[in-house]
Amino acid sequence: MPHLAPPLIQAIDLCFSRNEDRIFGPLSFHIHGGEALLIKGDNGSGKTTLLRVLAGLLSEESGQVLLNGNSFESHVFCQHAAYLGHKHGHKAELTVMQNLRCSAQLHGKTGNTSLEGLLAECGLAGYEDTPAGKLSAGQNKRLSLARLTTQGSVLWLMDEPYANLDLAGIAWVNALIQTHIQNGGGAIISSHGAYAAPEVPVRTLEISRSLAHA
Amino acid sequence: MHKMQALLSRDLRLMWQKRTDAMQPMLFALMVCVMFPLALGSEQTRLAQSAGAVIWVAHLLASLLVLDNLYRSDFEDGSLEQLLLAPVPLALVIASKVAVHWLTTALPVLLITPLLAQLLFLPEGLLPVLMLSLVLGSLLMSLIGAIVAALTLGIQRSGMLLALMALPMYVPVLVFGAGSVWQAGQGLPWLGGIWLMCAGLALLLILAPWAAATALRIALS
Repeated sequence: MPHLAPPLIQAIDLCFSRNEDRIFGPLSFHIHGGEALLIKGDNGSGKTTLLRVLAGLLSEESGQVLLNGNSFESHVFCQHAAYLGHKHGHKAELTVMQNLRCSAQLHGKTGNTSLEGLLAECGLAGYEDTPAGKLSAGQNKRLSLARLTTQGSVLWLMDEPYANLDLAGIAWVNALIQTHIQNGGGAIISSHGAYAAPEVPVRTLEISRSLAHA
Repeated sequence: MHKMQALLSRDLRLMWQKRTDAMQPMLFALMVCVMFPLALGSEQTRLAQSAGAVIWVAHLLASLLVLDNLYRSDFEDGSLEQLLLAPVPLALVIASKVAVHWLTTALPVLLITPLLAQLLFLPEGLLPVLMLSLVLGSLLMSLIGAIVAALTLGIQRSGMLLALMALPMYVPVLVFGAGSVWQAGQGLPWLGGIWLMCAGLALLLILAPWAAATALRIALS
């Protein structure tokens, strides 16, 4: 089926090197709304680096990233996409609810009712007033994912979303991605491949050091 | 506007959680001021002569010691990355951080400055000049520090490098700040230094958040 809308994100001959050592590239791919791209690769193969380049946190060596068919602008990216990194990205001193509400407000979403429902969905019900520093690694990951969903972005860049999660958590993430995709969103997910992929139209990009196959 | 509120309330909540940390720069400045009479002797005239300068240096060292905390914890837990990708100008994020940092680190030291002045026999009538120069100076040091701390953020254990980079940039602040206290002590007109610091403050209020934002983007890449 031909897509009329430009792709949510498109990489054209994207390369990245650190200290003249090629990490990945040249890579070309694109995803439309309703699609997910699974980036597979061994440890150290450059999955995180690729996602950071796509998020504009690192600048590419050569090539181009297009958002909705236009050239990359960080303020457009902020409106358009959400990035889930390795680090959980919330404050250990603040409670679960404070962290979630602050992030929602920063992204222009207000109202508390949906946040409580969200916490119940992600399995953190009853932890609203617990400081995030007292949560386990898996619970912190769940909170990060909950934060990602409050942002209401079309495109999700998820770096190892399955790390530290139990089986129920993995199923929850898959369901989350599936709903997001069915609602017309897009997702780029990096994984070292040991986990089940969501049951959505998934394309796979396998990368290994200085060599990439799409 | 909602976003700015969210940022400020986040930083203020964090500050409230770590309110005991605010004691540390205060106690440090107090200790520096206690060291001087021990080294110089307790002769009142000699202490009174150097009181303004000693209090200024104590403030400067206290602000230097806490500078690394400005972004470090946000950097380590990934919040800084998320703030960078939030639909809020990074300069605003930094302005909010610097404001809260000043409130938690510089304000407590300013509050005990009258006590420090008593301790070192600062001559009567010099306290208002000292306080005025310190309020302006501490704001300037926080803003300059925000740029330097952003530059060194990418480096592990950057404490010493941070001090080596920040101290030369604090020199003009110290010269005009401590200088105006000295001039007031000599009965000379002292407002010149204060006005220069005001001008510097106006300039840095506009420029420092932008410069720090650029430095942060470089440090994170």
